[in-house]
Amino acid sequence: MKKLAHALKSAFGEDAKADVNSNPVTLTVPVERFAEAAKTLKDGSAFLCAEWATDDTESGRGFCVYACLREGGEYLIVKAEMSSEAAGPEFPSLVTHFVPAYRFERQIRSLMGIIPRGHPDGRPWIKFEDWPEDAWPLRKSFDASKAMTCSEGQYLWLEAEGEGVYEIAVGPVHAGIIEPGHFRFQAVGETIINLEERLGYVHKGIEKRFESMTWETAVKLAGRVSGDTTVAHSTAYSMALESMTHCHVPERAQWLRALFIERERIANHLGDIGAICNDAAFAFMLYQCSRLKEAMMATNHRLFGHRFMMDRVIPGGVTVDISVDAKKEILSELDFLDENFNMLVRIYEESSSLEDRVRSTGILTSKLARELCVVGIVARASGLDVDCRVHNTFPPYDSIGVNVPALTAGDVHARVWVRVFEIRESMRLLRRILKTIPSGSLFAHCNAVLPDTTGFAAVEGWRGEIIYWIKSGQQGEINRCMVRDPSSVNWLALEQAIKGNIVPDFPICNKSFNQSYSGHDL
Amino acid sequence: MIRILRQIFRTGIVTNQTPQFDDPKIKVVGINLDDSVKKRFRRSLSVREVDAGSCNGCELEIHAINNPVYDCERFGIHFTASPRFADVLLVTGPVSKNMEVALRRTYDAVASPKIVIAVGDCGCNGGIFGETYASLGGIDKVIPVNIYIPGCPPTPADILNGFYKIFLAVKNPVMI
Repeated sequence: MKKLAHALKSAFGEDAKADVNSNPVTLTVPVERFAEAAKTLKDGSAFLCAEWATDDTESGRGFCVYACLREGGEYLIVKAEMSSEAAGPEFPSLVTHFVPAYRFERQIRSLMGIIPRGHPDGRPWIKFEDWPEDAWPLRKSFDASKAMTCSEGQYLWLEAEGEGVYEIAVGPVHAGIIEPGHFRFQAVGETIINLEERLGYVHKGIEKRFESMTWETAVKLAGRVSGDTTVAHSTAYSMALESMTHCHVPERAQWLRALFIERERIANHLGDIGAICNDAAFAFMLYQCSRLKEAMMATNHRLFGHRFMMDRVIPGGVTVDISVDAKKEILSELDFLDENFNMLVRIYEESSSLEDRVRSTGILTSKLARELCVVGIVARASGLDVDCRVHNTFPPYDSIGVNVPALTAGDVHARVWVRVFEIRESMRLLRRILKTIPSGSLFAHCNAVLPDTTGFAAVEGWRGEIIYWIKSGQQGEINRCMVRDPSSVNWLALEQAIKGNIVPDFPICNKSFNQSYSGHDL
Repeated sequence: MIRILRQIFRTGIVTNQTPQFDDPKIKVVGINLDDSVKKRFRRSLSVREVDAGSCNGCELEIHAINNPVYDCERFGIHFTASPRFADVLLVTGPVSKNMEVALRRTYDAVASPKIVIAVGDCGCNGGIFGETYASLGGIDKVIPVNIYIPGCPPTPADILNGFYKIFLAVKNPVMI
């Protein structure tokens, strides 16, 4: 038995029941000991990845709450069932042990109507104040096809008082071409003393929408959770479904998925580096990087039929192959990228005015990063070397091997530098994939989904770890699809990293995180 | 500095030739402009982009029309920071319930003639997100739309094609 499961088993004995057929290991604990279980696992240096709830009232049971934890390469799910008789379902909050539970639990309360007992913040999250109070969309009794009748309401913002304190409210419609969200700063002079984010503007009811789709069509929706991460999201969904149906994906298809994921990573990192530099008024870099990114997009369109490679990954495999000519084309494009990118990195390093803006700006310390359980590029810039390609490895990463950068400065520069390192590493991976990609078929049929089963997958998208947890209902239909984009945890880190910085540095800090609003709001 | 200049000269001009205009996919409901307005519009168009609930795929392609390959500024298309300065609202969707008020207010802030372009399948009709408790569907459920650009997401050339419809109406000398 692995470390976390062992720790919980030995502390809880008969109170932690293992669910034999689930992947990863799922231990059911009595609901009143839910927080205690989290505490035990935190003592075993686990991170909280996600927390969510399900509504099993239709099958005669109550609501269930789940927490997914990770330590090293081990994932563990802790589950607690709430009695169906209780009038208002409740569970003990994990927020005193894990900070990210703060938003997960507000979300559970807002969308599922379950009370996290002991949670310090009763304000809704994602659900807006003008929604009807009893609108809990993730409950089975909620009719999602009907429009809601809305009323007036007021969100209670945190307030700061004192001489010279003022507030700046930004959004939801921002000045640039970006997604909507509201940021409220409290500042003294130029210095930000507090930032409060308010997200949820792009809530499209994705998790509920999944429940009205079939397993095959839902991959399209997964590919549109966050458009810039479409390949990694559809891969994560597909892998969750494959784990549920014990489907064996052909090797060539797995290698092609990795090829798509790494191309997506390079393209987005290029865009980010350009945009970060542009926020420091270094427009040269924006245009150079966006030119390189555009070259990749055009190649994707030519070779794979879509600029973002949307809908190219499906459960059981992929829909496009790569020809010998296409391989050559990608290889020569890599040479072109390599040459230009190296020159740009050199210019980045030599520009002292740029360095002045990116160094020691927006620092997320290693201690905070650990506490906030951040993932992906944000984590790797703050001393946490978490990367699903290594700790939850799957073909072809297991045979190729991935070098993961881990910087400790945690500032904007570190987040740029992680991207630089990753672009180079992804180019190496691409060359390796193209050289040794095995032949074979592209697709294997998945078995029919059995009733009452679960599936799980964690995939490293360009932002970080993406988690899907899916559950089938009585007829083998989609009963619940939990999506955890890296943004769901990393947004909290931006609030912390910005404290003490000056207001004009917010755009560059925000860009260096570049989290998805859509992936968070769902 | 010398390296920056070298890279600029080495790169040269990468801008594509004008893409093929007049895409039949793009639907125009009607753009009625005064002659006085047409005259003022001839070489400039200020655009305010609003994400009313998209998955951010359309945003990436709107970014792409600003890149050196598509370079929308050569047609006088300029993205502005405030709806007050905008002639055109470029809206991606579906309109989420939580963005409805913000979209209406942005629309109200735009000066007439308030040309609205709906971008993407979701902006045209709600796309994969449909009409639910959280998604109101296409942009025209909330504000009037003049031009529809379908696609998931539409390519940068498709988006420029949408703008071309406005230039047809005002006889933009650069694009026509």
